[in-house]
Amino acid sequence: MGELTFNLLAWFTLLSAAGVVINRNAVNAALCLLLCLTGVAGLFVVLEAYLLAFVLLLVYAGAVVALFLFIVMLLDTSGAPRSLPRRLPLVARVLAGGLVASGVLSFSARARLPVSEAVAAAPGVGGALKPYAYQLFTTYLLPVQVLGFLLLAAMIGVIVLSKKFEGLEDVK
Amino acid sequence: MIPATLDGHLLVSGALFALGLLGVLLRRNTLVVFMCLELMLVASTVALVAFSRYNGILDGNVFVFFILTVAAAEVAVGLAIIVALFRRRQTVQVDELNSLRN
Repeated sequence: MGELTFNLLAWFTLLSAAGVVINRNAVNAALCLLLCLTGVAGLFVVLEAYLLAFVLLLVYAGAVVALFLFIVMLLDTSGAPRSLPRRLPLVARVLAGGLVASGVLSFSARARLPVSEAVAAAPGVGGALKPYAYQLFTTYLLPVQVLGFLLLAAMIGVIVLSKKFEGLEDVK
Repeated sequence: MIPATLDGHLLVSGALFALGLLGVLLRRNTLVVFMCLELMLVASTVALVAFSRYNGILDGNVFVFFILTVAAAEVAVGLAIIVALFRRRQTVQVDELNSLRN
């Protein structure tokens, strides 16, 4: 049962990720990204990280994909000439393909990480909220503060970037 | 069938990362390149959550929190840059944005 669910979610995620890469239309790519993120949230549920699945759906599927769709429609690049995938030199193609193939092959054939049976059988750690809050406010207090500052900097940066500047001539 | 173990989850994460990298290398539309970048970030979070689950500790999950926050900030700034770029150059195709080349 668990195996079947995991496989369904994994293949769903991978196929929709391939859809993001293959789709010619940017709107369709964004919608495939939405499907892919939903699949990843399902994988998180399989891994018993319920809070993270919820946050992923909320932040990524809710905010980020909506922002992507908004920008794609705002810029409306459908009138642009149809662009083919970038052409790489033959050597680069062979090298990249060989590297990826050997990586995936050695991954699937040889990677056997030691997992203690007791931990694998025990209920997951990500189920409860209290441990998260405890860790965030004790061990990881400084990173949380730094992240807050980063969000502030990003917000100010976005405001500055989206302002129109007078007297700045076009950079050609 | 992928086994529902730590190795299986890492395999899915690696494949997702490879697909994202492929998209970053092959696509020409800056917006789609950006989406594939997000795909690579999400792939890394899958690996972190799997490690966290199979080691019985919460640190990986907390790191995913941070990654999600950084990714949200990154998307906001990146899309603002792309919009500013489009305003100035009227294009989002990677091949035409080459003014730093010479």
